[in-house]
Amino acid sequence: MRSGTFRASCLLTFLCVLSGRGYGQQAPAVPSAQLLQPEELVPLLSRSGADRPLVFQVGPRVFYAEAHVPGSEYIGAAAQEPGLQALRDRVKSLPHDRFIVLYCGCCPWTKCPNVRPAYQQLASLGFSRVKVMYIADNFGKDWVAKGYPVEKGR
Amino acid sequence: MRGGRRAERIVRYIAGIVLAAGFARPSAAAQALTPTTDRTAPDFSRVDLDRREVRLEAYRGKVVLLNFWATWCAPCLSEVPRFAEWQRKYGGRGLQIVGVSMDDDEAPVRKACRKLKVNYPVVMGDEKLGELFGGILGLPVTFVIDGNGRIRFRHDGAIDLDALEREVRKLLPRN
Repeated sequence: MRSGTFRASCLLTFLCVLSGRGYGQQAPAVPSAQLLQPEELVPLLSRSGADRPLVFQVGPRVFYAEAHVPGSEYIGAAAQEPGLQALRDRVKSLPHDRFIVLYCGCCPWTKCPNVRPAYQQLASLGFSRVKVMYIADNFGKDWVAKGYPVEKGR
Repeated sequence: MRGGRRAERIVRYIAGIVLAAGFARPSAAAQALTPTTDRTAPDFSRVDLDRREVRLEAYRGKVVLLNFWATWCAPCLSEVPRFAEWQRKYGGRGLQIVGVSMDDDEAPVRKACRKLKVNYPVVMGDEKLGELFGGILGLPVTFVIDGNGRIRFRHDGAIDLDALEREVRKLLPRN
């Protein structure tokens, strides 16, 4: 009994350690004013020029390839340094007031490891018009299943 | 006593209405993408992390728990040790667990599998495999496939593992 409890606590500790290393870091310390609901993004996609936001997918490539917001750009998982570096590289030449929308949708909002670091990165670089699309469960359920437009491909 | 039972019945009735109003509506995920249950599981062949071929059809006759997961998905990581336990516990009765990692790279998957002591085959997934199974656009996703190769259940998101275990056990032959 005691060894069972010990094993369970070891396992729990191990999972906590894993999540602390970025595997499952919980995400959503994005100010609520910066959140954008999926239905709010849809009309923005038909705008043109500087009014049309740059939409960056900061999640896994496999999901981007399967379905993504039309016109969005694959940046990479922002939970990891290569993804953050790709984000920094992409925005290097952009004016700080450029309208940018970030999204991931790999997993439920509270578990997403990518959106928070991506948002914080842009905020720390001084970008002032950054929104994060709030995806409650995942991109399949909260975007594709609702019939919003999608593109496929890498 | 009788009044207490009556009150209990009323409370249950109200709770039933509330639950029905709030939760009985089919979820968007259930309406999503391609329907994936009550049909023969699509066959696929991939090489696992140990470079052995994994072909889904080769498991015909076994109950297959096909789990799409990734190392960056916290709910997935909490499920994996239970799946490894079930593979040990029910493998002899005809359960085969197969993991499909949706990670972009293999290296973190190998590392996580070692740490989590994964004892079942894990293959690398991609968008083609995701589409084959009706769209995998969020994790975890777990399919329960019966011995005839039919998809009996699809579970999107973290689930009650005790309920899933019961579901799997019902499909296994009795000892």
